[in-house]
Amino acid sequence: MFNPSLWRFRRYSNAMPELLNLQREMNRLFSSVGQKSPEDYPAINILEKDGAAVVTAELPGIDPEKIDVSVSGEILTIAGSTLQETFAQGETYLRQERGLGNFKRNIQLPFQVNSQAVEARYEKGILMITLPRIKENLPKKIKIK
Amino acid sequence: MVEKDMQKMENVSATERVRNVKTFVPRVDIFENKDSLFLVADMPGVDEKTVDIELEKNVLTINGRVENGRIKDATMMYSEYEIGDYERVFTLSDEIDRDKIVATVRNGVLRLELPKAEKVKPKKIAIKAA
Repeated sequence: MFNPSLWRFRRYSNAMPELLNLQREMNRLFSSVGQKSPEDYPAINILEKDGAAVVTAELPGIDPEKIDVSVSGEILTIAGSTLQETFAQGETYLRQERGLGNFKRNIQLPFQVNSQAVEARYEKGILMITLPRIKENLPKKIKIK
Repeated sequence: MVEKDMQKMENVSATERVRNVKTFVPRVDIFENKDSLFLVADMPGVDEKTVDIELEKNVLTINGRVENGRIKDATMMYSEYEIGDYERVFTLSDEIDRDKIVATVRNGVLRLELPKAEKVKPKKIAIKAA
């Protein structure tokens, strides 16, 4: 009865991180329905272009001086704080939907990056970070004789 | 997942479009002081050239187009948000002075200042001794 699943486990020995991930997602699903968990802001897309990873995040209305982008090995960290509206006397919110506050997010990249050659641009509220791979780590083609 | 719903809501009631992209509802903050109403909408990817604001009778429609949303020659590896246009419709009251509406776009945020019409501003009434 247990045998097939054990066998599968041994075959795909790196299933453990996936299981942990699944567990985390299930916890998130049941614990804070409707709430954004703090590790999730901002939403990111990761693309690959010419051997470099491009990470884009939607961060509208942030002062670019207040965004901290740092890279260490395989981890990219994006941190910052949203602009607070300063309210004079007699001003009140009628509706508040946009996010407010500080954010910090660590992103695991699939490969090591050359931290000297990382570029970041902030245009129209979208942060775009280009992270080129370390050249030595590029997959090498191996000829089959 | 739930987080995705929190982040971008698709606008199912958006007007029929010719462009082949999805439309989302931009998040807005509305606040007021004694002179005007302010409307701040988050529309990342939009600049002053691609935003459209229309006021017809009492209906205010804000529209943002995202050009060059997709990065060319790149393959998507992991995606948490979708890229698309923005649209949201509001109904204004008669309190707003239509001719003095001011709109600015900065870093993907549209900021609308809707000044209140003179007759609606709170007026102090001077009390004279009778």
